[in-house]
Amino acid sequence: MSEGVPAIPVARSAEPNGAGEHPRSRAGRKPQWGSILVHAILLGGGLLMLLPFLWTVSTSLKLPGAALDWPPNLIPDHITFENYRRIWEVAPFALYTRNSVIISALRVLGSIMSATMVGFAFARLRFPGREPLFLICLSTMMLPFFVTMIPAYALFRILGWIDTFLPLTVGAWLGPSFYVFLSRQFMRTLPMDYDEAARIDGAGNWRIWWSVILPNSKSVIATIGIFAFRASWDDFLGPLIFLNSQRNFTLALGLRSFQGYYSTSWTLLMAGSVLMILPVLVAFFALQRYFLQGMVFSGLAGR
Amino acid sequence: MAEALSVSGGRRTLNLSVRAREGLDAYVMLLPWVVGFVLLEAGPFVASLGLSFTKWDMFSSPVWVGLSNYQDMVADRLMGMAVFNTVYYTFILIPLQVLATLAMSLALNMKVRGIRWYRTLYYLPSITPAVANALLWMLIFQPEFGIANFVLQKLGLPRQLWLLDIRLAKPSLIIMSLSLVGGSMPVMLAGLQGISTELYEAARIDGAGRWQLLRRVTLPLLTPVIFFITVTGIIGSFQVFTSAFLATNGGPQNATLFYVLLLYRNAFQYFKMGYSCAMAWALFVVILAFTVLQFWLSSKWVHYET
Repeated sequence: MSEGVPAIPVARSAEPNGAGEHPRSRAGRKPQWGSILVHAILLGGGLLMLLPFLWTVSTSLKLPGAALDWPPNLIPDHITFENYRRIWEVAPFALYTRNSVIISALRVLGSIMSATMVGFAFARLRFPGREPLFLICLSTMMLPFFVTMIPAYALFRILGWIDTFLPLTVGAWLGPSFYVFLSRQFMRTLPMDYDEAARIDGAGNWRIWWSVILPNSKSVIATIGIFAFRASWDDFLGPLIFLNSQRNFTLALGLRSFQGYYSTSWTLLMAGSVLMILPVLVAFFALQRYFLQGMVFSGLAGR
Repeated sequence: MAEALSVSGGRRTLNLSVRAREGLDAYVMLLPWVVGFVLLEAGPFVASLGLSFTKWDMFSSPVWVGLSNYQDMVADRLMGMAVFNTVYYTFILIPLQVLATLAMSLALNMKVRGIRWYRTLYYLPSITPAVANALLWMLIFQPEFGIANFVLQKLGLPRQLWLLDIRLAKPSLIIMSLSLVGGSMPVMLAGLQGISTELYEAARIDGAGRWQLLRRVTLPLLTPVIFFITVTGIIGSFQVFTSAFLATNGGPQNATLFYVLLLYRNAFQYFKMGYSCAMAWALFVVILAFTVLQFWLSSKWVHYET
């Protein structure tokens, strides 16, 4: 059943790799200087782009105090993993990590559950007011956080939610409009036969959402999940405003407070940065397809 | 079986109830979104407008002051600086960003062996969390031992104070943002790949060279994507916060005091909530104008492939 399900329409690269290239034997006889130049430029530019990240990694592997050696060296004279061990001791780094993980997990799960449910209703159920409601949902996508920030803060204060994870996570369970939009657009591409077949078998709308549409929406679920994870992991302003006590800090916020206390300890700070980048990297390589699909889809939808 | 055989009258009531059921279920499914919309979007949106006409410190009750927050905004010297800084930052960063994205996408659209690897390589740095990026560039721009000054020294140029220099602080933040430039490359690349090869062939038959293909075929057909990336980029950079908050905290001498940084300070350091709401609404109107502009441009100037 999952075969042949239309994916989010994304322009794929037109040709398979290497199509139309000369066979290797010929290329070997006559070096193609043009092609070598192209590779040199592409590789050079790519390494330049990667340099900041390499510098972060390299600094994190240096001895404490060697971060500001002069002249600077990309490859440390003495490689040590000491910073990665020490960081768990000198700062409540484990606590920050735990908080970030909890908040991100709640946001990812909430976004997926609520957005696919709301998106399902918009995409596949008929009810009065569907189109105007969807338009309203779309229009909130461009509402900047700064506009709603102060009244939202006041509301959370009345509810006693300040300095808890709730202001950061509850919104995700209430159908964030961008994710609703993504899942609605995707679910509209699934054949209506699915629902009709399930209805004939006696399935209700909730069953159709849960057992028919969701299993066929893996790609949009992955896209929403990865977007929500990045937004949450990266979020600085939200934790800054809503969290006060250090035991509730996330990694993004914690790294910064850390910078204040240990301002000279760049090697430790960079080790913390690498540890913060790592999960994003892993997520990227595990779900690369969906990462890019979602990006492109949201981009092209803006036309 | 018996139900299926029953006459059309029975079927109609069954249909009706299925239809009503569908509507009911739909509204229940929409409920989370409705709650979120009312409590976290529309409510705060309207409340923010109302509060912008008040003086309010969040602890006592708001006092109506009419338009005076908006009048104060015009006279506020810091506000003037924040607007200038934000516009300066945006209108240097975004053209550079769009040009770099375009160049990158054109290069990564070539049919070269291993091009997928190159695409990953160019996109990868843009996933760096903003905090990690800001911290790293603070190290790079470190005035005594940072590599930025090492590079200048190698080039025989004088050392700089970078983030601590009034003239260089904004350009330094721009460089910091440019290091994450690959982020919208996939969108541009998809736009490029959406252009049909027939058009290129037709143009080539008409004798168009490489440069002409780019100017007369690629760029016109890419305008929707270019406009999209430009306008969303502008909207995003009007709200630049994290990098400035971490790397310079508005300094030196307010050289990197950006609009939303001032808004944040007014709200959560000075507790001028009414004034901050007025600032937020002014920002909203500007962003709305750019959003409308985006729609207008894409319907007017843009070439669509038909």
